[in-house]
Amino acid sequence: MALLDVENLAVALPGPRGPLPILHGVSLRVDEGELVGIAGESGCGKSLTAQSLLGLLPPGAKVTGSARFAGTELLGLDARGWQRVRGAGIAMVFQDPTAALHPMLTVGRQLTEHMRVHLRMDRRAANRRAVELLDQVRIPDPERAVRAYPHQFSGGMRQRVAIAIALAARPRLLIADEPTTALDVTVQAGILALLDRLRAETGLAVAFITHDLGVLSSLTTRGYVFYAGRVVETGPTGALLTAPRHPYTAALLGARPHGTQAVGTLRPIPGGPPAPGEAPPGCPFQPRCGYAEPSCGTAPPPLEPVGPDRSAACVVRPHLEVLV
Amino acid sequence: MTTVRNDAEPGAVTTTASRPRPRRHHPLLAFLVKRVAITAGLLLGVTIVTFGLVSVVPGDPVTANLSDQALNDPEAVAAFRAKWGLDQPLYVQYLHYLGNLVQGDLGLSQQTGRAVLDDLLRYVPATMELAIPTMVLALLVGTGIGMLAAVRNGRITDQIVRVGALLGLSTPPFWLSLVVLYVFFYQLGLTPSGGRLSTQFSPPPTVTGMYTVDAALAGQWDVAWDAAQHLTLPVLVLTSLTVAILVRFVRSSMLEVLQQDYIRAAYAKGLPTRTVLRRHLLRAGLVPVITVSGLAFASLLSGTVLVENIFGWPGLGQYAYRSATALDLPAILGVSLFVALVYTLVNLTVDLLYGLIDPRIRLQ
Repeated sequence: MALLDVENLAVALPGPRGPLPILHGVSLRVDEGELVGIAGESGCGKSLTAQSLLGLLPPGAKVTGSARFAGTELLGLDARGWQRVRGAGIAMVFQDPTAALHPMLTVGRQLTEHMRVHLRMDRRAANRRAVELLDQVRIPDPERAVRAYPHQFSGGMRQRVAIAIALAARPRLLIADEPTTALDVTVQAGILALLDRLRAETGLAVAFITHDLGVLSSLTTRGYVFYAGRVVETGPTGALLTAPRHPYTAALLGARPHGTQAVGTLRPIPGGPPAPGEAPPGCPFQPRCGYAEPSCGTAPPPLEPVGPDRSAACVVRPHLEVLV
Repeated sequence: MTTVRNDAEPGAVTTTASRPRPRRHHPLLAFLVKRVAITAGLLLGVTIVTFGLVSVVPGDPVTANLSDQALNDPEAVAAFRAKWGLDQPLYVQYLHYLGNLVQGDLGLSQQTGRAVLDDLLRYVPATMELAIPTMVLALLVGTGIGMLAAVRNGRITDQIVRVGALLGLSTPPFWLSLVVLYVFFYQLGLTPSGGRLSTQFSPPPTVTGMYTVDAALAGQWDVAWDAAQHLTLPVLVLTSLTVAILVRFVRSSMLEVLQQDYIRAAYAKGLPTRTVLRRHLLRAGLVPVITVSGLAFASLLSGTVLVENIFGWPGLGQYAYRSATALDLPAILGVSLFVALVYTLVNLTVDLLYGLIDPRIRLQ
């Protein structure tokens, strides 16, 4: 059953020459207890999608479409409505835990303050739960950790603290916005394993935003590939990564260092993604695509079913080979 | 903003509390001892510079202090010079002053004939009685308005605040003093025109030297009320100036904090806006404001000549002004030392407050 159902979400941010469209009709779904991946280059609209779902868009942003969470429409909620959803319904883990934790408030304070609002806990109960949560995310000596400040932890530990904070008010959906990007590679795996364990233990649904397709394969069941503010391909992660149906997905996989072969395996995608407001009239990937045909230039291709539970937005549908 | 990173092995909580503490002097004590030594050096420097400046200033304390008739009498002039040690070489005068200073003797004021220390004890409390309520009010109002402007960044409230702050900064204090006197004293008759007390009252027994406090301590509520009324206008003028300074700093500091991820994270947790503003924004945004507030407070404590003059307020500013025009060296030195001491103490307080508010810069 769909916990989050986003349909045709479009967001335009205020620009110097009128509204600048960033997201063009994004649709996606997260089921209960599911780990869904959202992948794409930086600036493709992944993070903006997350911000829309928490009502944290910058002032003046224009939003259309629909985003239903547990049956209620999110878009158009008033301040109070958003307050109820944030933290208790949908929670968020940010990219850089050092920036996302308040440097002058103790970990305990940051863990308990929204528990007390959402779960109406008294101070002692909230403190007890804070210690439990820190233990759950494997922070050593949680009784002392609640009294410590964020700067007293290492980067990986800070992200564990941030995850504990996100989970404190018992949300049903966790949006993790590149939670391992700012961390050392050795620490990343631990954070990923933690998220997966939490999903398994608590039935939490997770929307995992990343630019690293490799992270998707090990973690998620389904994935969405974003390009220039659109979903260009979606499907079960395994199929997405081994048999992509969109040239962009294939190109992303090719641009990823992999295997042990030395030369010739790393193929960068020529050019860069179009800046917002400067996308070509047709398929946004056309200028960089090796398979482009004249028909690609007329209109952005719609996302169409290409197999069981799979869709791709490509009119050419070439035969794609991927080195795995 | 600098962040102290403690990137030890992943998995380690490196709290300072977790390490066994080596048996040393308390770090705060060592810090304070160092600051006291620096302050002593600074005060010595102040005496040297002031002495040097006064000696190179064209003008003679003799002509500044004696009447024309006395100036025509060589004996009177010689007697004045001998009495104040002006016939000695400058370095002898200086060493003599220093010798008295370490015994706590600031010398006699040529102008008032009283000990400079007694003069300071008389004038400083009057200035403090203006400075303290001004600073408290300015911090409350300035922080509130500055925060409001930052939260409403770019909107009409923000515009009004910014124009208001600019106006406040560019208004000459003496002009504002005259305007409020005209309105509140002359037109409305709500306040007294100046001075510290109405003539029918005599000053309360001295405890702090601040009339409102002393009167309240003595239970003389009518005197306290009268003293408070005399405070109103000068405090109003000084507050409006200080608020104008603070608002700009508070606004820009809060704007910077509002951009931080941890503010977005606080909203993302579902906290009510007022909690985010009061707990998350205020605390982080006030850190840079502490420095400016400290400087503003020190400058208020050093006396405000123009405002004190217009309201007939016998404070440090007036004393400094009269001493300077009379080339009253002991008094000038006394005021300079006091001002230097005020700035050092305020800076020390600012540093301690930093540590109190921001755990990252707490003393190791």
